Formats: sequence, C-alpha cells, structure tokens
Amino acid sequence: MSLALSVRTVRKQFGGLVAVNNVSFDVHDGELFGLIGPNGSGKTTMLNMISGALKPTSGEIMLGHDRISGLAAHHIARKGVARTFQLVKVLPSLDAEENIMAGAVFGHQRLWGEEARSLARQLLERVGLGGREHMPVSAMTYIDQKRIELARALASNPRVLLLDEWLAGLNPSELQIGIELIAELRAEGRTIIMVEHVMDAIRTLCDRCVVMSSGVKIAEGGVAETLSDPEVVRAYLGDDDA
Amino acid sequence: MSELPFGITQKELRIGIGIAVAAGIAALLPLFDQGYYLSLSVNLMLYAALCTAWTLFSGPTHYVSLASAAFFGLGTYAVALGVESIPFPILVAFGAVAAAILAGLVGAATLRLSGVYFVIFTLGLAELVRQVVTWAQAKFTGKTGLYVFTDFREMHIFWMLLALTIAIFITGWLINRSRLGFAMQIIGNDETVARHVGIDTARSKILLFMISGAFIGIAGAICAPRYAYIQPPSAFNPQISFLVVIMALLGGTKRLWGPLVGVVPFIFVMDFVAARLPNQMPIVMGIAFLAIVYFVPNGVTGVLEKALAKWKARNAPAPQAVADKPAEVRP
Amino acid sequence: MQIIVTGILLSGTYALIALGLTLQYGVARIMNLANGETLVAGCFIAFWLFASFAINPILGLFIIAPLAFAFNWGIYQVALKPLVDRAKNRGQLEVDSILATFGLMFLLQGLMISGFGGEYHSYQFLSERFEIFGSAYGLNRVVAFIAAVVIAAVLYYFLYRTRLGTAVRAVAVDPNSANLVAIDVAKVAAVTFALGGALTACGGALLSTFYTFNASMGVTFTMKALIIVIMGGVGDVRGAVVAALILGIAETLVATYIDPGLTIAATYTLFIIILLVRPQGIFGRRTT
Repeated sequence: MSLALSVRTVRKQFGGLVAVNNVSFDVHDGELFGLIGPNGSGKTTMLNMISGALKPTSGEIMLGHDRISGLAAHHIARKGVARTFQLVKVLPSLDAEENIMAGAVFGHQRLWGEEARSLARQLLERVGLGGREHMPVSAMTYIDQKRIELARALASNPRVLLLDEWLAGLNPSELQIGIELIAELRAEGRTIIMVEHVMDAIRTLCDRCVVMSSGVKIAEGGVAETLSDPEVVRAYLGDDDA
Repeated sequence: MSELPFGITQKELRIGIGIAVAAGIAALLPLFDQGYYLSLSVNLMLYAALCTAWTLFSGPTHYVSLASAAFFGLGTYAVALGVESIPFPILVAFGAVAAAILAGLVGAATLRLSGVYFVIFTLGLAELVRQVVTWAQAKFTGKTGLYVFTDFREMHIFWMLLALTIAIFITGWLINRSRLGFAMQIIGNDETVARHVGIDTARSKILLFMISGAFIGIAGAICAPRYAYIQPPSAFNPQISFLVVIMALLGGTKRLWGPLVGVVPFIFVMDFVAARLPNQMPIVMGIAFLAIVYFVPNGVTGVLEKALAKWKARNAPAPQAVADKPAEVRP
Repeated sequence: MQIIVTGILLSGTYALIALGLTLQYGVARIMNLANGETLVAGCFIAFWLFASFAINPILGLFIIAPLAFAFNWGIYQVALKPLVDRAKNRGQLEVDSILATFGLMFLLQGLMISGFGGEYHSYQFLSERFEIFGSAYGLNRVVAFIAAVVIAAVLYYFLYRTRLGTAVRAVAVDPNSANLVAIDVAKVAAVTFALGGALTACGGALLSTFYTFNASMGVTFTMKALIIVIMGGVGDVRGAVVAALILGIAETLVATYIDPGLTIAATYTLFIIILLVRPQGIFGRRTT
C-alpha cells in the first residue's frame, strides 16, 4: 500500500514548551487513521501542522512524494489536504450551497459556475441535507453545520481528509449517524485522519491509530492492541488502572 | 423566466438599465450650466469615482486605506510629466499602472499583517511620495512644478469622470461575480477557513488593492488638466485621502453604491465651508469623523437597511413553527 | 561622531513621545492618532509659560504633566471608553479607535490653529554652547535629553517596582487574564492612557526648547511615534527607547549626508524593513 501521509520526527516548540516531541507515523492510502490521546497531548497541534495552520519547528511532513511541512496553508490545501475544525467554522453570510462550493472553487480541481454548484448539491445530498441548498447556515443545528463543514472538505476531493474531533458534542443518535457517515466515506476509499476522544468511534471505525501523550508518541498500531497497551491506559486513566 | 445571457438576473438587468438612464441624464448637465454648478458637479463626480474605487477594496476587507492621495497624485504627475509629448490616453494608462505598482508594493508589505499596520503605513504614504517627488524634481529638473496645458475643458473632465465612475461600478459588479469576489466574501467571513480551502488570502487582497489604486490613479490623471500648474503639495494633498474616507464611511461601505449616498451631501457641506469658513475645514472633518464613528458606524445606508429590516419584520406573515426534522438515516 | 551624539540627543525626546504612545496602544489598546496634538499642545503651553510668566520649561513640566494627564483621562472616559465597551473584538476596537482619534486629531488641530495661528514659533532657552567630546551642541538639547532620561527612569521605576505599574504591564500582556487576577482593567486602561498623554506632553515641552514648532506638525510626530512604537514592539518600554535611538540617529544621518528633506523617507525605509523582516518589532512577541 502506498503512503498517503508521512510524518517524520516532527517537533513543535512554543518558546520553552514542547508541544510535539519528535513524533513519527505513516498513514496509508485508504486508511482510517486515529490520532488519539488525553487532553494536552499535542494531537491538535499535530493536526494543525499537517494542515498548515502551524509550521513545525523541525522534522518533515510528506504528502505522497511532496513535502508539505513549512508550506502555507493554502498551498497544502491545493495539494489535496482538507479539514474540519474543532469549533465548527461555517461561513455565516453564505447559504448552504455556497458554503460547500467554497471547498470546490479554490482546491486543486478549481471548479466554477454550474460545475461547482452541482457538485455542491450532490454533496449536500450525500451528507443528508438534500433540499436545503439556500438555507442560511447560521440557522442550522450544530450537527447540520458539522455536516456542511464535512461536505465543504469533501468538495475539494482531498487526498487526505482531516477530522478534528468531528464527533464531539453530539447526542447518541446524532453520534450514530455521524459514525455511519464516516464509515461510508472510508468504504469509498478515502484516506482519513481522525483526532478523536469518542472511544466507541475509534474502536468501530479506525484501522490503525497513534496514541500521543504530553507530546510524545506512546503507541502505534492496530486499534485493539494499542488501546489495551498498559502505557496507553496509564496515560488516560492514571497509574491505578494500568 | 427567460434566460438572459451571462447568467444576469432580472433584478441586475433592471438596475443596469436604471444606471444607464441616470448616467444619460447626468451627462446632459454640462449643456445647461458651464459655471458654478458644473464645477460643483465635477467635484461631485470626482469623489463619486474616488469613494467607489476606495470601497472596492476597503469595503470587503475592512482595511481603512488612507493612501488615496498617493495614487491620485501619481496619476496627476503621470499626465503632467508627459503632456507635451505623449497622447493623453496613454498617460492615463501610465498613471493607472504607476498607482497599481505602488498599491502592489504597499499591499505586499502590509496586507499580510493586521489592519493597524496598513492604516499607519498608508497614513504617511502620500507625504512620503510627495517628499520623494519634490526632492527628485528639484534635483533632476530644478523646477518645483509642472505646467499642464491641454484643450480639455471642465465639461470634458466631467464626462470622463462620469465614464470612470460607471466603469468602476461595472468592474465592482464583475468582481462580485468572479472567483476573486467569492474569495473576498469567504475571507470576510473567516480568514482561517479561506486559507484552508486554498485561497491565497494575501494575494487576493493585494490584487483587489491594486485594482482600487489603479482607478484612483486614473481619476488623478483625468483631473490633471484642471489646473494649469501642478505642484507636489496640491497633487499629493492628504486632505483627498481623508475626505474620501469620510464620504465613503458616511454613505456606508457594505454596498458598492453606499458611498454615493455620502458623497452627494458632503460635497455641498464642503462647498459651504470652503466658501464661508475656509480655515475651519479641519474642524469640520474632525466632527464628521467623530459623528460617523459614534452615530453611524455603518453609514447612512446601514441605518436605512436596519430600518428596512425592522419594517419587514413587523409586516411579515406570522412565522411558521420550524419543524424539527428528524435526522435522516441513510439506508 | 558629532552626528551620533546629535542623533542620540534627539532620540531622547522621540523616546518620550513614543513611550506615551506605546502605553496608550499597548495597554489601553487605543491607536491614538491624536497623540501628536497632545505633543503640540505641550509645546505651546511650555512656550506660553515661558513667554508670559518666565517659568522655565523644566519647571513647566510639573504643570504640563498633570494638565495633560487630566485632559487625556477625560478624553478616554468621554470619547474612547464607549468604543471599548462597544467593540466585539480587538480588531474592531483598533479600527474604531483609529477613526475616532483621527477625528479628534483634526478637531484639536483645527482648534489650535484657530487659537494659536498657523505660524512657526520658537524661543530661546539655554541655547548656549555645550561641549561634548570637543564638539558644540546646544545646551537646550542636552538638558532636554537629560530630562527625558530622568522621566524615562521614573517611568521604569513605576512600571517595574510599584503595584500599579505591575498591573499596567499585566494588562499590556493580556487584558482578559489580568481581569481574572482581580485587576480593574478599565481603571488601569484609563490611567495608563492619561499617563501616556502626560509623557507625550512632556516630550512636547522639551522639544519646544530647541525645535521650531507650529500648530500643524502634530501628524508628522504621530507618524514617527507610531513607527517607533511598532519598531520597538508594541507595549514594550525598552523597545520604544531602543527604536527611538535608531530613528534619531538614522534621521540625523540622512539629514546630514543625503538631504534634510528626505527625513520621512528615512523613517519609512526603517518601517518597511521592520515590516518585512520582523513585524512584531525588536522586542515584540509574535502573536500566534
């Protein structure tokens, strides 16, 4: 299997604080990869470095054969990386359709006009919001706004999709729907990296995962083995339960 | 509904025809008066062009540009330098290009940073350009000013400025429908998202600033024949920058036609003050700025739109209960 | 060598003006474009005290500083606090405060021109020779420099050795966190804004002892102060001093060797270099 994304001894330092300490891992094409760990472990910083919101202090990130670490976020986006955000970021003055078009117009496919519009409508259907093209996004529920954000990310047909705690803040039935949606995306062959806290989702969805704690990688591998690793349990729950 | 070419909507067509008619009527003005009212109208048309060009950029980005005098002066000087030997339209083009280049440089230096740097930089820009031009002129030519003699009269300048204003509106409309306009909308909503969907935010802002600056430069070039003798302090007069901002903000910058609402009354106020209380111009400008910031931060059009929204809400049919659609389950 | 010393002497006054603005912008978060008008007012009041009552400008500082403090405090409460309360985020406050102080600048300048006329003024105070390393300088410039150093030292003591000063530094770093540790941010902001105005007015009074001034020069000094503040790092006192030194020396160099008419070009070149190379300023922290 070819490598979609390769993180090589990446380090991020903010002044005296080391948020990510020489972490390496590989993500294969078509994998659903989990990036997990307790709060403050550096996983969102890691994701931000992949998407270009931050630059690594040292180390490399490769997208296929291209080096993307150090590039500006819009260059990385055009190379085929799309993401959702921890606090959902929809574009309030645009309607649902235009929000999704935003993802398609400037990515590496550079669609415009009717092409972009019809893709947006397809994706709207795909995430379960069919028929609401012209609804203002600020009037939508939280889960619907998350779906818009996901559709926007899909609109650029990314090589790697980054989901930043996309399942957070959902009630049980919404969670079920969200997990099914992601499972379908995986079945289509998408490469997805998920930063997540919801353990059920990790167990059901992910092929492999990496566990970080205090900036360091403490486990990598199949989901079952990593989650039963004593180190991982200690990181999440403390010494008594290891 | 009949399909119009280029995807123009019925509403846009109506607005377009309305503007064409208004412009046609305005164009007839010089045939009726060649003195005071024509002069006033030239000022009006000048600031209509300047404020609309300013709003092209500062409206969507909320970056307050105080650089208008610098671009204007460059346009004036482009004409003044070559008027003896080079045809007028080419000189206007030079002015536009010079202004665009300056805008590009300023933009590249400051638009990657927050709005404060931009305002400060543009504040002194006209003075900077004036100083450099004065020094260069004294050093290389030994003169302090340039003579401009053309066959253009006030009414030709009026028509040219009218044409320029219409051109700016058409450009604004085209930009709104283009990728650049879409990008600016997204940037205005959330700049982080803009970057992550692949928009080069700095480049978009710089490009828009260059277009705006070029139009201001053209206005400066068109106005050069108005004065027989051009000197740096009058060509690069900082007051131009300030007046543009006052009128544009007074009118409101959410819509491209907003500034016109501010230009028309303020030109009359300015005319009055210039005639009766010429030394109090700074005080008038100060009060105008303060009044705008405290009472009409979104301009007169902002006030009107708020009132319209309230009126609509009061007269709207009773809202239907928004049914909470059960989340659709995919089979 | 003579140029360096002249530049240093000049920079003392520049530093005071910049310190005033860096306090107003860094702590009260007000980009005060009317700062130069406070400076000009300082010039005129010092002149008036000297010409009408023969009070020398150094003593006059003790009158001018409290006056400027009270005036700026009043401006903050009446004109600027409503904007602070109304602003939804920092960016909006910055733009609003720029426009409001811009309006204030015109208003104050217009009033001063009406009151004092547009002509240039200067007066003779300690303009005898003073020798440093064998070259002659005006005693007034030297005295102004020393006074500026003293005032800056007092400011340093205030900021780093008193409770209120520490509160001021805390608000400069993060107003929200300062609020959480029981600092009355609104009061500190008002006091700091007033203090900044007092510093600038002192700078103006000292400037008037050796510089020919007029009612409309405020804008030029506002711009220089702004550029110094940004060069040094917003809210950073050491930065303002260092940047003032650089500017003072650079301006004197350009005026002597290239052309006195290109001083603004020199200032701008420094500004451009800082923006391209290190926009947060020499001592500034890069905001993520």
